[in-house]
Amino acid sequence: MSRLPFYLLVSLLMLAGIGLSLHRHLQFDVPWFPGEQRQVWEIEAQINLTARGEPVIVDMALPDHQQGYRLLTEHTASSGYGLAFREEQGGRRAQWTIREANGPQQLYYTVQMLTAPDARGPVQVPPALPRQILWERPFDTAARQVIDRAWARSASPHTFARELIRDMSGERQGENARLLLTQFERAPLLVRLLNEAGIAAREVSGLHLEDGRRRQSLSSWIQVFDGDQWAIFHPETGEQGRPDDLLLWETAGQAVLEVQGGSNSRVSFSMLTHNQPAASAVRNQLADDTLLNFSIHSLPLEEQALFQTILLIPIGALVVVFLRILVGIKTSGTFMPVLIALAFIQTSLLTGLIGFLLVVAVGLVIRSYLSHLNLLLVARVSAVIITVIAIISIFSVLSYRFGLNAGLTITFFPMIILSWTIERMSILWEEEGPKEVLIQGGGSLLTAVLAYLAMNNPWIRHITFNFLGLQLVMMSLILLAGNYTGYRLLELRRFKPAAED
Amino acid sequence: MSSESLLDWALAWTRPGRLRAKGIIGMNRRNIRYIGRYNDRRLYPLVDDKLQTKLLAERHGITTPALIGTVTTQFGVKRVAELVAGSAGFVIKPAKGSGGKGILVIEGRAGEAYVKPSGALLGREDLERHVSNILSGLYSLGGSPDVAVIEDLIHFEESLTEYTYEGVPDIRVIVFRGYPVMAMMRLSTAASDGKANLHQGAVGVGLDIATGTALRGVQFDRPRASHPDTGHELASLRIPEWDTLLTLAASCYEMTGLGYLGTDMVLDRRHGPMLLELNARPGLAIQMANGEGLRRRLDLIERQPAGASVSERVALARQHFARRSELPEPGAVPA
Repeated sequence: MSRLPFYLLVSLLMLAGIGLSLHRHLQFDVPWFPGEQRQVWEIEAQINLTARGEPVIVDMALPDHQQGYRLLTEHTASSGYGLAFREEQGGRRAQWTIREANGPQQLYYTVQMLTAPDARGPVQVPPALPRQILWERPFDTAARQVIDRAWARSASPHTFARELIRDMSGERQGENARLLLTQFERAPLLVRLLNEAGIAAREVSGLHLEDGRRRQSLSSWIQVFDGDQWAIFHPETGEQGRPDDLLLWETAGQAVLEVQGGSNSRVSFSMLTHNQPAASAVRNQLADDTLLNFSIHSLPLEEQALFQTILLIPIGALVVVFLRILVGIKTSGTFMPVLIALAFIQTSLLTGLIGFLLVVAVGLVIRSYLSHLNLLLVARVSAVIITVIAIISIFSVLSYRFGLNAGLTITFFPMIILSWTIERMSILWEEEGPKEVLIQGGGSLLTAVLAYLAMNNPWIRHITFNFLGLQLVMMSLILLAGNYTGYRLLELRRFKPAAED
Repeated sequence: MSSESLLDWALAWTRPGRLRAKGIIGMNRRNIRYIGRYNDRRLYPLVDDKLQTKLLAERHGITTPALIGTVTTQFGVKRVAELVAGSAGFVIKPAKGSGGKGILVIEGRAGEAYVKPSGALLGREDLERHVSNILSGLYSLGGSPDVAVIEDLIHFEESLTEYTYEGVPDIRVIVFRGYPVMAMMRLSTAASDGKANLHQGAVGVGLDIATGTALRGVQFDRPRASHPDTGHELASLRIPEWDTLLTLAASCYEMTGLGYLGTDMVLDRRHGPMLLELNARPGLAIQMANGEGLRRRLDLIERQPAGASVSERVALARQHFARRSELPEPGAVPA
């Protein structure tokens, strides 16, 4: 029986995998290493409103890529609400809807923005000037005079805007300005005056980024266009240019928050900053990929996050294959350790280990009672599943009461798998004794920890997610391992007595 | 860990080259080269179900313990006492059991009661409960519903009783493409709790294929020259009717079609060698008991042309696999 087709297949997979990865590295500049750290802002917008028991529509502006910042991921939390993201002339908006809601409502929107000095926002189209601006008496005269005064002392739209704002505030605030401000809000008034003077401008909203701040609100800024160029002005001081720490939240000149069917609506922001590998930036850059560049990055953000985990599973499988075929470690359930390792990623290693041991140990005690009842297998395992759920619930509540929030992550454990583990260990205990349980349980845990360390390694996470070709390489390695007829490492120990004399 | 035990641990390993030189085969090689290549999956049910094996063996004229009856429905459980009325000693076992689970041995009667080898007495209800448990799948793999098989008690060959402690010693012969390639006897001990599993502490005795005499004894991977409980030396162990036993084992190849097969045989006082059960995934501990790897023997058999008769195969195996005992002469055993 010729093994040639097998080796051909393996080398084909291997070459294709390496080729795809190289192509991706050279063509799309995807780095091999996660590389340098970049600053990431995590911003949460909390919308509060009081619903009146009728249909509610909440419409909020969302930030987009812009100069200095790149949008990475975004999430929402809004139980019971329908949600749609919409692109509207120059702005992204989220719309939450619900048929009936009563009392205080809270909606959350979280976004991650990467600080990227060379990031560029989409080209901004100047807003059309209103055809006619109506002023009532005596504001028309006041407006005319303010405009004329600033016009005379300026040379371009931007300088005009600066002069205008200065005339509206501080020491230079004249009588006309004070009159106008009694009737209008400052920012809309400035836009109105600029438009009156034939200059395209709009009011935009920005957020000052400051680490660890809570209950912040947006501030108004004036965006003034000079042909294709635009600049941002502070409406109080007239300072030109955008501060580095200002994130523009709404740039289409529309309301930040619109609510129908509710009252007392307000939105507040909290933010945090942390450092994240620069690779995330690449990820985002690839979001515009076409069909030609087959990539996970073309999927919506949520599915991408899911795939990030899915693509790690082959790594876990590779660890299991390696440990079982080459080392000879016994595990309880072939791929149970991979699932436990996935749970460890959610819970962190130490909490996960303690939680796993607690659940399995208590489960074994209860299972030993069940075995006295002489039940049929399916009923017995189902009883164990309920027991596991009860144990997990009790541990969660207890750890919460004692203020150990880490204990809450115990719910990430795959309960059905845990139940089967307990069932198998229990049978093993009865048939082969506690020693075998220790060997197989220990083997499973060791495998799970190694799989966790591999799957949680930043470099491995980076390359599995960014180089799909590696999946083919792993496939070929696993096929090769399946063809290995040599000794397992532990057999060198097992068969030693037979080999020595 | 003390430095001494650390040294022990470090020395407990050998090099792959040494194992290869001895011809030891590992699990990976066994799975891919032998089981994967020579055992057709669709034939597995023949050996995984002891009732099927038994009926098949009867059709092929291979001796097995006589079948007293089977119970297949919970409704039939009440008939157990009737079924066994004619036999003094009998064994009730699950058809799909594994690892000796669920096997109930009854040696005789004491009035209405049934006597276990330990001397414990069982009532009729105990018997019925045991059969009912077997049917509901308590002992079968994966808990699937099962069938209870009742067969005659094996009356173990008396000349061999002094080599064992409780339990019935069985003889495992590896049959490759119909050739008996390696054999060992498994003697239960106090440490193994009457079970014949080597990793639980039973003594494995390698047997010479040519003569059926003992080659070497091991317990817990350490060489042994005598039985740990009875103290009887092993060198004088010689299996009676060896040729019949090898012929029975070798003909299991025609019976099942499985190329790599573990046959478990027992010696009955009246009926001679008998087939107890078959295993399509026989373990590798037999290499430890023989102090020799399977590799060279399997390679030799792979070079043989197909189509040899059972007697030709047994003759070839006895000619090529003859070996001299490593055990000291009976007189030389230190007290």
